[in-house]
Amino acid sequence: MSATAPFIPTGAGSRPVRVAPVDEVALEARAAVLCTRSIKTTSKRAALHLAIRCIDLTTLEGADTPDKVASLCQKAVRPDPSDPGIPSVAAVCVYPEMVGHAVDAVAGTGVAVASVAGAFPAGMSAIDVRTADIADAVRRGADEIDIVLNRSAFLAGDLGRAHDEIATAKEACGPAHLKVILETGELGGYDQIRSASMLAMAAGADFIKTSTGKIPGAATPPTMLCMSEAIRDFADQTGTAVGLKGAGGIRTAKQAWHYLVIVGETLGQDWLTPARFRLGASSLLNDVLLQLGKLDTGRYSGPDYVTVD
Amino acid sequence: MTPPDNDPRTEPFDLDYAPAPQSTAVVDIADEYGLFIDGDFVESRSGRTFATTNPATEEHLADVAEGSKDDVDRAVAAARNAYEGHWGALSGRERGKYMFRIARQIQERARQFAVLETIDGGKPIRESRDVDIPLSAAWFFYYAGWADKLEYAFPGRRVAPHGVAGQIIPWNFPLMMAAWKLAPALATGNTVVLKPAETTPLTALLLADVIRDVGLPPGVVNIVTGAGATGAALVDHTGIDKLAFTGSTEVGKRIQRATSGRRLPLTLELGGKAAHIVFDDSAVDQAVEGIVNGIYFNQGHVCCAGSRLLVQESVAEEFTLRLKRRMAVLRLGDPLDKNTDVGAINSAEQLRRITDMVDAGVAEGADLHQPDCDLPERGYWYPPTVFTGVQQSHSVARDEIFGPVLTVQTFRTPQEAVDKANNTPYGLSAGIWTEKGSRILWMAEQLRAGVVWANTYNQFDPASPFGGYKESGFGREGGLHGLAPYLRAAGRVA
Repeated sequence: MSATAPFIPTGAGSRPVRVAPVDEVALEARAAVLCTRSIKTTSKRAALHLAIRCIDLTTLEGADTPDKVASLCQKAVRPDPSDPGIPSVAAVCVYPEMVGHAVDAVAGTGVAVASVAGAFPAGMSAIDVRTADIADAVRRGADEIDIVLNRSAFLAGDLGRAHDEIATAKEACGPAHLKVILETGELGGYDQIRSASMLAMAAGADFIKTSTGKIPGAATPPTMLCMSEAIRDFADQTGTAVGLKGAGGIRTAKQAWHYLVIVGETLGQDWLTPARFRLGASSLLNDVLLQLGKLDTGRYSGPDYVTVD
Repeated sequence: MTPPDNDPRTEPFDLDYAPAPQSTAVVDIADEYGLFIDGDFVESRSGRTFATTNPATEEHLADVAEGSKDDVDRAVAAARNAYEGHWGALSGRERGKYMFRIARQIQERARQFAVLETIDGGKPIRESRDVDIPLSAAWFFYYAGWADKLEYAFPGRRVAPHGVAGQIIPWNFPLMMAAWKLAPALATGNTVVLKPAETTPLTALLLADVIRDVGLPPGVVNIVTGAGATGAALVDHTGIDKLAFTGSTEVGKRIQRATSGRRLPLTLELGGKAAHIVFDDSAVDQAVEGIVNGIYFNQGHVCCAGSRLLVQESVAEEFTLRLKRRMAVLRLGDPLDKNTDVGAINSAEQLRRITDMVDAGVAEGADLHQPDCDLPERGYWYPPTVFTGVQQSHSVARDEIFGPVLTVQTFRTPQEAVDKANNTPYGLSAGIWTEKGSRILWMAEQLRAGVVWANTYNQFDPASPFGGYKESGFGREGGLHGLAPYLRAAGRVA
């Protein structure tokens, strides 16, 4: 935007991208207005289906087992066994150790396998170790890789390093798509979130993502709005369309709807597709199913009428 | 580049909110309304009425009594009686109690007020629900608090009410303007004859209902509906001790002429042509948001609307692009729909005025831009409009339009921005958009405007004074400053 605003380097040969400042009060006010958008029956069904199609159904526990992952994958492919009209989710998201099991379980269904990698969730390992972790997940068959931004380098002001590590990770991904988690709750403000977004996109991220889900501060409406605005700036400046993934604390269909509105009104309807928008969640899917049930029957039945996973 | 859409059952998704209309069941509009004089609804002496319509549908809502000179006489006499009989001598604490009751009643009946405001005036329900009505209640709460503390407001001086205050209010924020006028007048011990605007009388009459319900003594507040002639009768009435007017500069000037030579304390809150000054280091997306809210809020029917955008030349092109993109997602339509951003123009007359002024802008050579939006077939509508390529000499950059029309000009240095911003007969408000604090303070000192917002716009609070410079009027409403126009000096404390 301005001659005085910070720039993010984009490596040799390409133009640096500019980062616009963010006003916290006004950003939050705009996000609050978007969250008052009301949705009625006809649009609601389409929105709920879209929400399902954009979910990265996630399990990221040390206690994950092959059977747990198989169960999750079944749910991902056929969220509601009684209703084949309900679409599959976009992807399942697991740890690298579980990728092989997930790949077997979803083979031929169109559901992608995403793997966190690169010393998730802190990322505090040597870059070689992280790169090897990514390469391993890709080798096991992951279609998408979710890594974390090096917040340590970013917060210490070493933007070049934070940028170059993402570029390295992108190379290690090969054909797999790269999602970069900013862990917005650790960045300290919207200005940092916007500049981290630009940095990650400039370094080659296919998606930018809010959170690991492992710390309290996660996706919020203003954060998603802030990142949407950064994505729009990046598309304006470079012509490249990057996707947005919200994660952490997204549990209700209403929250999902708010994010669809924020993205739709900021980036346009071109972004309302699983190719450019994802919601990382585990319990969200069941609330969406219950809300769909409510559209049909008029009643919100309850947790025992949908499968736990 | 991005993962393929993995679902073969892809349905195209259209971010279509579907209508979400606010239910109108809470309001019950009568066929006819009388004048509120001396605690009762009465017919006009002349028997004449005027119609009030819903500007979004042109539907006839009710016939409202048109106050004649006789009726104004009656109302002023009732106010005089109330002042001398009871209210003038009542303790501040007792006055405050009535006002707190009014404030609470507005809150309790907020939904009713909001829906009625939207039906009668055309503004989006989101605005009447979230802005007009809460602020109206807040004004009564705030000034209720002052009622028993006036001796602390002006230390060392004794103050006394004027007596009977005549108040004339506009149609853009009907209830809120009534609250802005009534609350300080009642807190200071005056009685009131209020004349609402002829296109939007209904919420003032609902407020009369509230006033009756809370047991405010008869005659303390009288509401005389009518058009210009009714207002003129109030202005010319020799029985009033104070006059407050909010409305156009043209009428304000007429009032000032009419009252010159009388010892009548006068406050005028008139038009504006506020500048929004955007520097190259601003938080650009939030600045765009503020500009959009500053001019399209309430369809631009706002005296402090930020109607002139001055943007630093180095970023003008990019900023204008972002602005147009944001305008494209403004939702214009049924004001009762909770998703509507821009409602109906208040009246056919105002629509004509806006249309004429925009046509003049096009004829003068400014570049017109309006987003694609379907205007409803019935009702009064005007699309959000922006003019680029505007020069300081263009009429659209000089005259108050009072509609959803923004002009864009550029500047190179802070001094040039100040010069252009101040180069107007008006001086009500201004907005500054920059991340640099020192520049905000410098600009705020240079700008000749009653209110200067920095990195925000159209923020109102009862504790904050509001009013103009130059042809935007004089006197302040809100805050401690808002008490002064309703009080006279009555000697020093012994």
